Amino acid sequence: MIASLLVQGGQMALVLALAPLLTGWVRKVKARLQRRRGASVFQPYRDLRRLLGKEVVLAENASWLFRVAPYLMFAFTWVAAALVPTFATGLMFSWTGDLIAIIALLGAARFLLTLAGMDIGTAFGGIGSSREAMIAALAEPAMLMIIIALALLAGSSQLSTIARFMDSPAVGLRVSLALALVAFLIVALAENARIPVDNPATHLELTMVHEAMVLEYSGRHLAMIELTAALKLLLMISVIGCIFVPIGLAVGGEGPVGTAIGLAAYAAKLVVAGALLGTFETAIAKMRVFRVPNLLGGALMLGLLATLLLFVSKGL
Amino acid sequence: MPAVPSHPTLLAELVLLAIAALLATGLAGAVRARARDGRVLVYGACLVLCVLLALAGLAALAVPPTGLSLPLFLPWVGARFRLDPLAGFFLFVVNLGGAAASLYALGYGRHTAEPERVLPFYPVFLAAMNLVLVAADAFGFLFAWELMSVASWALVLAHHHEPRTRRAGVLYLLMATLSGLTLLLGFGLLAGPAGDYSFAAMRAAHPSGWIAALALMLVLFGAGAKAGLVPLHVWLPEAHPAAPSHVSALMSGVMTKVAVYAFVRVAFDLLGAPPWWSAVVVLALGGGTAVLGVLYALMESDLKRLLAYSTVENIGIIFLGLGLAMAFRADGDAIGAALALTAALLHVFNHALFKSLLFMGAGAVQTATGTRDLNRLGGLIHRMRVTSFVFLIGCAAISGLPPLNGFVSEWLIFQAILLHPDLPQWGFKVMLPADGALLALAAALAAACFVKAFGIAFLGRPRSDAAAAAREVDGFSRAAMAGLAALCLLAGIFPGVVIDALAPVAHLLLGTRLPAQLAVPWVSVVPVAAARSSYNGLLIFLFVAAASGITVAAIHRFASHALRRAPAWDCGFPNADPITQYTADSFAQPIRRVFAASLFGAHEDVTVPPPGDTAPARIVKTIRDPIWDWGYAPVAEWVERTSLTLNRLQFLTIRRYLGFVFAALVVLLLALALWQ
Amino acid sequence: MMGGFAFDVAHTLAGLLVLASLTMLYQNRLVALINVLAAQSVILSASVAWQAHLQDAPDLFITAAIALGFKAVFIPWALRRIVVRLGLHREIETVVGIGPTMLAGMGLIALSMEVMLPVTSQVDPVARQDIALALSVVLIGLLVMVTRRNAVSQVVGFLSIDNGISLAATGARGMPLVVEISVAFSVLVAFIVIGIFLFRIRERFDTVDSGALDAFRGDRR
Repeated sequence: MIASLLVQGGQMALVLALAPLLTGWVRKVKARLQRRRGASVFQPYRDLRRLLGKEVVLAENASWLFRVAPYLMFAFTWVAAALVPTFATGLMFSWTGDLIAIIALLGAARFLLTLAGMDIGTAFGGIGSSREAMIAALAEPAMLMIIIALALLAGSSQLSTIARFMDSPAVGLRVSLALALVAFLIVALAENARIPVDNPATHLELTMVHEAMVLEYSGRHLAMIELTAALKLLLMISVIGCIFVPIGLAVGGEGPVGTAIGLAAYAAKLVVAGALLGTFETAIAKMRVFRVPNLLGGALMLGLLATLLLFVSKGL
Repeated sequence: MPAVPSHPTLLAELVLLAIAALLATGLAGAVRARARDGRVLVYGACLVLCVLLALAGLAALAVPPTGLSLPLFLPWVGARFRLDPLAGFFLFVVNLGGAAASLYALGYGRHTAEPERVLPFYPVFLAAMNLVLVAADAFGFLFAWELMSVASWALVLAHHHEPRTRRAGVLYLLMATLSGLTLLLGFGLLAGPAGDYSFAAMRAAHPSGWIAALALMLVLFGAGAKAGLVPLHVWLPEAHPAAPSHVSALMSGVMTKVAVYAFVRVAFDLLGAPPWWSAVVVLALGGGTAVLGVLYALMESDLKRLLAYSTVENIGIIFLGLGLAMAFRADGDAIGAALALTAALLHVFNHALFKSLLFMGAGAVQTATGTRDLNRLGGLIHRMRVTSFVFLIGCAAISGLPPLNGFVSEWLIFQAILLHPDLPQWGFKVMLPADGALLALAAALAAACFVKAFGIAFLGRPRSDAAAAAREVDGFSRAAMAGLAALCLLAGIFPGVVIDALAPVAHLLLGTRLPAQLAVPWVSVVPVAAARSSYNGLLIFLFVAAASGITVAAIHRFASHALRRAPAWDCGFPNADPITQYTADSFAQPIRRVFAASLFGAHEDVTVPPPGDTAPARIVKTIRDPIWDWGYAPVAEWVERTSLTLNRLQFLTIRRYLGFVFAALVVLLLALALWQ
Repeated sequence: MMGGFAFDVAHTLAGLLVLASLTMLYQNRLVALINVLAAQSVILSASVAWQAHLQDAPDLFITAAIALGFKAVFIPWALRRIVVRLGLHREIETVVGIGPTMLAGMGLIALSMEVMLPVTSQVDPVARQDIALALSVVLIGLLVMVTRRNAVSQVVGFLSIDNGISLAATGARGMPLVVEISVAFSVLVAFIVIGIFLFRIRERFDTVDSGALDAFRGDRR
């Protein structure tokens, strides 16, 4: 009881501690690929500390919602991240919500962010919020199609159960899984405002989405938002890792050896995924905003196709 | 509990007495409408009676069904009434909404211009809805149904001076007549050749496949027209917003649920087993309605019309759940059917809560600013603190966000879809995942829609002087809205209570029920098995509260406290006019462009004058409603043309009229001769 | 377990074939479209080779080789040459948007499953799913031809129809080599005819095309 509580608490602390490091790693990879030296991988921590020490400059007509939103967004994302099996399945509270609930928690954070973007009443906030709403409207159905395909295969929408199923030999070779993976990657890129959907590194582009919404934030509020974004990236990579690469996942309460293997495997996954993401972002151009619906629609179609093909292979 | 064993019909008698008292209140309202105490008298009495009826509904969930026969209406038939768990659940929902609306109206009713157009009909409307739920024969049901239509029609016309309201009234009356007619035909088919119109007889008779399917489709049409299923929804966004806001709350939050009740009663109780493809029809209609309804809502910039379209969406979600239940039942999977039915009924309950809340909030906004046009609102969060907070809760709940109640019912419907989308019929195999995608699409679009509703109306800077001068509304209104918001949160944190309360309904209709949720540790919701899926609203709520609490505490302990107010940065644009803010239309522009370009033919014409020309640039937005253009307009045109042609018949000589009569007689005789 | 594995591979290849068809619907550049066609043909030849291995029918290997040689290498190469010589390096004009087209494609896949799976319940699973997916490849090929204005993309659609037919034919284990060779050659002849036709179109409607280019601004609808 105490041990599993510790593992659960450790997981919550771990995701929080690792999130800025992952962001720093992705930035480092991108910098090296662009033949720059790049900042240290620990730079995001320094940024956070700097932001936390600064004063908040609040727009004159900002309401309480604007001030509350960063903390609530962070809390929703953190709770969602706590429900994902990162290095071990079957954590103490993993039954609190399934994959749908995790996505809905992220949706709640996004709901607050889009509202906060509109609170000051500037055109930039509005453009960001309305585009985020459009992207979400396509990303969420695509995500759900993926969940349907996975649940059809694993018989559950609970991440721990899915991960355990994917680790067993019962999976077999399935084209549907490949389709679901591709769709998931597209959705994850969109959810995290990465290239080609959005550019996390600039304020100076008219097609910006996420950065436009948070334009008015400063100081500790901005720190919370940056941390939330980093946490969300870590969360998505963890979900992909535990579903599609469930190698080395420890079973809850397995003992120190299993946990250590789980931790090592998790770290390896993060390193690889971060490097892949950095490479991908360097290799590809940002899309025009009204090309994004086609991309996400493609993800939706892939999800649907995965489900249909599963029907074929299971129905015979 | 009022159910004394020696007097089993006591509960039903109490309910009927309360309904009679509501009718009497209507009479009192007619007499004392202009008096000072008329409003308090009528709404106070309605509040008390609704609370009583809601309690009776709760009690009916716990006791076995009781029937009652009274010598009313047709003397040789009498009127039969029955109180069973299904009726009890809907009694609870209807009267919960009714009680909240009455409480709200105690304050809001002060602004009614012509109370004599509201006060007499309001209690009658409530009474009629209750009567529909307890009627146990087709006569009583249809009588109450039509009474409900007429009373609500009278309420819609409360602001009869506006031409748009009068148009809404005509449209509503037309659709209500159509709905009553199809229900009548449906019941006629169900009664069969013996012609016994009591529900008990219909339950005993098992009509053959095609008759059952036809009856079901007729009832689907009748109930769907009242509930607002696409393509029968056209009247709803006209009529619901036209009424005073507490009546809008009743019509959208509650009356549509009475229509759902009618469908559930027939499809799951009276009909034996309709053919499996009828479930496909319901699933397709439900999914389509959900997405189209919310797309319409996104295109809307009138707050109350937006809410009305969102009602259409939620009705779609409910019917989607009901269709799932029918599909599982046709497949012989009772647990799956119970899960889907429970999910749909839970959504009925949830939608009654948050839609009533949102309509009341819209009423409060209208009272405070005199407008419902989102493009003239803004910044109300600074001036209407309570209203904006509870409206935000309602928006989050209807967008299906945890830990509020809207998420639980949508999650349960998803679970029903995930349970096994591989039903043997191929129609279902394709339909179920597609419906899952449609439901997710509707949920995501609903979130966008309510970000727009809240963000434009309450956030930002005021877009008109009226919005800048808004004042908070009275205490009764705030109390009613706060109560509903609290219920939204409670139902989201403890969904197991509602799910368990629904167990008798599922047992009555399907012979099985979901496992008791309150027995699960930590009050989780576990629809089937813990390994499959579980959700715990309480823990999510506690976790989020704890996580944000810890964060705030840590930040305030370790980080800088400094805060400075300054003009908005806005990338360096100084002192922009409030008119540069995003409006309701511009917020919806990306979604309009992606989804509505082909569906609604939405497009924008931008005219930019050449350099040097001082003429203003223009942007013109056009949207067509395909359902109206291709469905209703041709029918209306045809009716118009036909009646113009027939109009000539009014100006004939006596001899010609006699000739018509004579010809008709001869034709009938000929038909008779040929028949033999 | 071996049967399961054999089925899984066949299913994966057939699924990828359908995916390639859907990708064709998504592409709006000519060269990319031709690349997808080449990829689809490679998948097809792999699928045929797997069938040859499963059915122990060496003549199917020849079919696979023909598919690889003609459809995956020669025809795409020729098409690319045509595109270069006609100067068609630009986006394809679609009749309807990508979203609705993809939706229609999904609907066609569902439809072909709905039609094919119930009527083939006697056949063995590998052939059964091959036939169902082959029909959807054929239908999507038709859809490509219907929804594209450009003649080259219509050729691509036509060739993907042929791919679908080959998949069905190998799955049904009845098609003699002679028939396959003659089909391959008829496709080749059709290709040559269409190629000549294309140049004729180009000669006659040259100005119309570039006028359309001038009127095209951004992605405004």
